[in-house]
Amino acid sequence: MSQHQPVNLQFDDSHDGLFSSGEEMELNFGPQHPATHGVLRLKLRVNGERIIDAYPIIGYLHRGTEKLFELHPFFQNVPHTDRMDYVAAATNNLAYVGAVEKLVGLVVPPRARYMRTILCELQRISSHLLWLATHAIDIGAMTPFFYMFRERELILDLFEQYCGARLTLNCMRPGGMPHDLPVGWTDKCRELVEMFPAKFDEYEGLLTNNRIWKLRTVGIGVLPPEVAIDYGVTGPMLRGSGIAWDLRKAMPYEAYGEVEFDVPVGKNCDTYDRYLVRMEEMRQANRIIAQCLDKLPAGPIMAKRPRVMKAAKDAEVYYGIESPKGEIGFYIVGDGTPNPYRCHVRAPSFINLQSLPELVKGTLMADLVAIIGTTDIVLGEVDR
Amino acid sequence: MGSLLDSLHQTLGDTLFTFAFSPLVKIAVLLFGGILPLITYLVLAERKILGYMQARLGPNRVGPWGILQPIADVMKLLVKEDTLPTRAVKWAFILAPCLVVGSALVIFAVIPIGPKAGELGPLNWFITDVNTGLLFVVAFATIGVYGLIIGGWASNNKFSLMGGLRSAAQMISYEVPQGLALVGPLMLAGTMSLVGIVNAQKNMEWWFVFPQIISFFIYFVAGVAESNRNPFDLPEAESELVAGFHTEYSGMRFALFFLGEYANMIVISAVATTVFLGGWLAPFPHWLPFLSVIPGPIWFFLKISIFLFSYIWFRGTFPRYRFDQLMDLGWKWMIPLALFNLVLTAAIKLYFLPH
Repeated sequence: MSQHQPVNLQFDDSHDGLFSSGEEMELNFGPQHPATHGVLRLKLRVNGERIIDAYPIIGYLHRGTEKLFELHPFFQNVPHTDRMDYVAAATNNLAYVGAVEKLVGLVVPPRARYMRTILCELQRISSHLLWLATHAIDIGAMTPFFYMFRERELILDLFEQYCGARLTLNCMRPGGMPHDLPVGWTDKCRELVEMFPAKFDEYEGLLTNNRIWKLRTVGIGVLPPEVAIDYGVTGPMLRGSGIAWDLRKAMPYEAYGEVEFDVPVGKNCDTYDRYLVRMEEMRQANRIIAQCLDKLPAGPIMAKRPRVMKAAKDAEVYYGIESPKGEIGFYIVGDGTPNPYRCHVRAPSFINLQSLPELVKGTLMADLVAIIGTTDIVLGEVDR
Repeated sequence: MGSLLDSLHQTLGDTLFTFAFSPLVKIAVLLFGGILPLITYLVLAERKILGYMQARLGPNRVGPWGILQPIADVMKLLVKEDTLPTRAVKWAFILAPCLVVGSALVIFAVIPIGPKAGELGPLNWFITDVNTGLLFVVAFATIGVYGLIIGGWASNNKFSLMGGLRSAAQMISYEVPQGLALVGPLMLAGTMSLVGIVNAQKNMEWWFVFPQIISFFIYFVAGVAESNRNPFDLPEAESELVAGFHTEYSGMRFALFFLGEYANMIVISAVATTVFLGGWLAPFPHWLPFLSVIPGPIWFFLKISIFLFSYIWFRGTFPRYRFDQLMDLGWKWMIPLALFNLVLTAAIKLYFLPH
């Protein structure tokens, strides 16, 4: 370089997406955008504020988790699951260890089953709190965000007391639980359970009958039940469309067969109904925790298991549970070694996200934000 | 003080003193001693009050109770880099924030924070008393909205453009009911001068908020929409448009938009106070005469504080309206209501009030 060349900062205007096709404009929504809950990118075609078409582009948080599973023995893979749906680590743990238990043939002792149920339901509440906080702030209600984070902190404190971590819990092992509950943990948990119903009422007081909240959510993002089934949507999204499909009821696992709870369903299949379903799910989760605390049996927390777990050659297994987002399932194939030969994750966020273009067609920009909120996606799980 | 003023008066001559020196001093005092500190501390108050509403503390690091936070913020914004997007329309990009903040500050010229000279101190408690004061206020408030539209367009960013378009839509839906809402008190007062309106309320012994309750609510709701505050903060809706019309702005230009927004809040509050809440007048002059001991400007400040607190309260409470719902509210509810109120006021004035 003999001479310094001035950098030409002129852009080529001929490929400007703005006004490229008459009335329509192409708009890039994300991956850096306050309302995309991570790194979701949507390519939108808009006419003014009206959305004509949406095309989700994913992969910005792809970390090759499924490949990583193949590189480690079964019992070392639990931490990878934490990092998929990072706001609901306990249910991810459970889905994975459940699949391994089914593959290897381990019987989990009752105390461990109850502990798992308690942790999963606490996780469901904390995940739904985070969903509601972000959903509300997307729609413009700023204050609920802080109230929900306040209560979520208390749940995270409980997790921290149990396993030392607040988000990436790594709190289950194939065959049982890593540690017993610390002294005084159940009392603290019971305090929380008694406190929660009043807090849920407080949130509902802020939003449920709020006229603006209803204007923004009622009739927005309608997902008819047959469309939901076609897309394979699960979890509160499906139940909001009026289908009472909950794996905790349909195929009970852990302690869910031994506790009473209801499965709330929506009627109008819209954003508001999904909001109501999730609110009711938090109350039901609270009910489940209370019952589990009452029934919590004494005894061992770990099954007798081989030092090195190996799956039989060509053994394959699918095990799905109800995570806060929907059905999370692990499909594992063994090849006779301590490592899985292949591990595929049925991630609820990934599958629920597919219904997004269907939901947003013909809506306004402001509705898009409400609809992204109501699908409750976590990009760590979508991209894996 | 008095002799100093007198000697200055003699040196400068009558014309220069009355039309140049005296207004300039008043503007400087009002701007740097009144409005700008009020704006910066309004930001602090908002953050503190919102903090307490939201189970947190708000700023508390810079000085006791965060009292120096506004100064730190202003310093930060002053020294930050003022970026200009490569493809922005330069002159419009620079003009827009000036338009917003300038038009908001100009309105303070006609707002009386106290009575005429002689009633309380030797000077007028306002910069000027224009006989079309109310029209002046409405006109300049409208010019401020052009700042947002121009800023959104000049940024050459799609999100900014949408923010600008939203603020245009908002303007046409809210200028009309706002203007109509002001006509009611205008008919009762019989003058457009803001000082005259306050004096009319003094003579009538009724603040206009009572006979004009519909106008009052319409004016304030439209005012919230005009100053782009929650629940009508669509042009800068963070979760939808990133930051709307000021997405591309940084440093002091962003600070000017910010300043303009808060100045607008104060303007709306001050006009609402003047027109509906009796400006600097003390409440209940017959029942609680001792309240008149407190000087007018303090009453004025207390009254605008009520509105400013409501602004902050709204922000802590409401979700955001959608663009079409907001226009529905403007066209289907507020304009018909304002027109109805206008007819009602005219009828009452014609048949019941003495001419």
